[in-house]
Amino acid sequence: MLKIENLHVSVEGKEILNGINLEIGAGEVHAIMGPNGSGKSTLSYILAGREGYDITEGRVLFNGKDLLDMSVEERAWAGVFLAFQYPVEVPGVSNIYFLKAALNGIRKHEGLSELDAMDFITRVKGKMKDLDMDEKFLYRAVNEGFSGGEKKRNEILQMSVLEPSLCLLDETDSGLDIDALQIVAEGVNRLRDPNRSFVLITHYQRLLDYIKPDYVHVLAHGKVVKSGGPELALELEKHGYAWVEEKLAS
Amino acid sequence: MAASNENLKNMIGQEYKDGFVTDIESDSFPPGLSEDVIRAISAKKDEPEFLLEWRLEAYRHWLTMKHPEWAFVEFPKIDFQEISYYSAPKSMEDGPKSLDEVDPELISTYNKLGIPLEEQMRLAGVAVDAVFDSVSVATTFKDKLYEAGVIFCSFSEAVKEHPELIKQYLGTVVSQYDNFYAALNAAVFSDGSFVYIPKGVRCPMELSTYFRINAANTGQFERTLIIADEGSHVSYLEGCTAPMRDENQLHAAVVELVILKDAEIKYSTVQNWYPGDENGVGGIYNFVTKRAECREENAKVSWTQVETGSAITWKYPSVVLKGDNSIGEFYSVALTNNYQQADTGTKMIHYGKNTSSTIISKGISAGHGQNTYRGLVKMGRNAENARNYTQCDSLLMGDQCGAHTFPYIETKNPSATLEHEASTSKISEDQLFYCMQRGISAEDAVSMIVNGFCKEVFKELPMEFAVEAQALLGISLEGSVG
Repeated sequence: MLKIENLHVSVEGKEILNGINLEIGAGEVHAIMGPNGSGKSTLSYILAGREGYDITEGRVLFNGKDLLDMSVEERAWAGVFLAFQYPVEVPGVSNIYFLKAALNGIRKHEGLSELDAMDFITRVKGKMKDLDMDEKFLYRAVNEGFSGGEKKRNEILQMSVLEPSLCLLDETDSGLDIDALQIVAEGVNRLRDPNRSFVLITHYQRLLDYIKPDYVHVLAHGKVVKSGGPELALELEKHGYAWVEEKLAS
Repeated sequence: MAASNENLKNMIGQEYKDGFVTDIESDSFPPGLSEDVIRAISAKKDEPEFLLEWRLEAYRHWLTMKHPEWAFVEFPKIDFQEISYYSAPKSMEDGPKSLDEVDPELISTYNKLGIPLEEQMRLAGVAVDAVFDSVSVATTFKDKLYEAGVIFCSFSEAVKEHPELIKQYLGTVVSQYDNFYAALNAAVFSDGSFVYIPKGVRCPMELSTYFRINAANTGQFERTLIIADEGSHVSYLEGCTAPMRDENQLHAAVVELVILKDAEIKYSTVQNWYPGDENGVGGIYNFVTKRAECREENAKVSWTQVETGSAITWKYPSVVLKGDNSIGEFYSVALTNNYQQADTGTKMIHYGKNTSSTIISKGISAGHGQNTYRGLVKMGRNAENARNYTQCDSLLMGDQCGAHTFPYIETKNPSATLEHEASTSKISEDQLFYCMQRGISAEDAVSMIVNGFCKEVFKELPMEFAVEAQALLGISLEGSVG
């Protein structure tokens, strides 16, 4: 589904990603772990198409197409979804209006007609129930005045409604208490599907207690320094990131 | 985000869709202003002597006045002798006729603007007075309204049919000496709309006036007078457009609202005068005096305006709160794009006890636009427990535009309460990226963010107008961000 080859990225001359290679198959869940400043969030932004980065080398293929050549919206239409670490507030725009515009934007590009209001609301309300979200969220402005946990849940709601094929979750666990973490994790697990892949970017192992990854990659200094199965995350948790650094040094 | 500024510029370069010219034979005065011109206008209208005298007093006073320079706008000096003060389609020479007799060219002009004048085609529930250059060409649903006791007609007709009302109320809110442009208007105004809602009547439909400037080198000077008698209620809408021309054209109107005991007027404007091209050439100078007087207790007035047009907008729909417990509201969205300049806001003058006012102003600047909020809240000596709440928000798009706020407060009564909130924000790169990542195109995202910003004002507009305003804002910003 996604193939990242020798990806080099810099900002204002400073190299942040330094030759990333990763292959993510359909239906797989990959966790990317690493210390602060290792380039995890940058990777998610690059995949989603955020401006302000220089891609100096490498390429990214998404279902065989050159992802880096596509605009932000085109990537979204093609099925790339980024759950933001810091979801953005859009004052005065209700959640329901926003969701509807997003869904219809994507449907339009799939050649589907717009969902009518009744079908749409039924679909959204069902998903909200799964995420233990009150319906009044629909009528509040997008993320405005939401608590940290509410914002993250709202990201997962959008993801469930839009049904993307590649889900990038950027530190979705940060700022969540244990109950909220469980609800969010269940939401993600419910979306697991042989045709949908996940990239979980996280600092801590605890998210992976709830969402079992197929693969774990450790990112340091803009490079994947170690890859393995779920057990790698446990090892990391035990020894800390210094352990990776030491191993690298030796 | 350099790229988005680039896209912002592209999106701004949109076409003004109402910029066509109607090819119609007009009877226009040669350019120039003098007592003779005023006498000629008055004679055209077959006016009573008192009105001619009133005009001449205004003119003589105007001659002694200096052009005001305090607004935060820049434009070359206007030569008032180069403007023609009267232009009317030839076919309208004998005054307003029944709709069957109106020149089909005029009817088709309004059709093109989306304002069908044939009553059966018009959305039920909205009556229209259509003003073309210096004259009213038609007023719809007049008879139906008359049955309810409501008078809705052109100003010229009101002068003929209801001179006693004109005599009683004309110039009582905005005197003919009020300010430079109000005095000029008083001297040369040619038409406009007149509304009288009798005691206890709730106007059965929305009333609206649609102003169209067509002739070149002509100024439009119209006057609107609305009187809401005791316990009455009316919602009034105003729309305006003009052809695209390289010369600037002057539009100097006066609107007077009189609200008596327990009555209410809701006045909504969607102003879409030609704003000039992307280099700032052409466009309408919109210098307007609008004022409402809550003359008796429990009177209420609400101004809602969406200003997307004009090269220069200079207007402050104001409320004089004389009656105890009276209420004034001002909701405004002003958009300046390209080289447009807007200096707009309101004055809330509290004289009565327990009077209250609300001001919500949203300024959006894009391109090289300059957007100024200027407001005065004044609490008089007897305004016991008067209250005001003011909120001014500015939204900037790109880095060449400007937003300015000049709020003035004067209070002579210690029991008065005033609150003022202000904010300035930019459409952020983060907001755009977030929307686009969800599959919303850049243009839709901008329009969504801007509409969200204006929401508190749009919800005050009558339904039909709110839709139009949102669409207009979308068009005016097309190409604004990427």
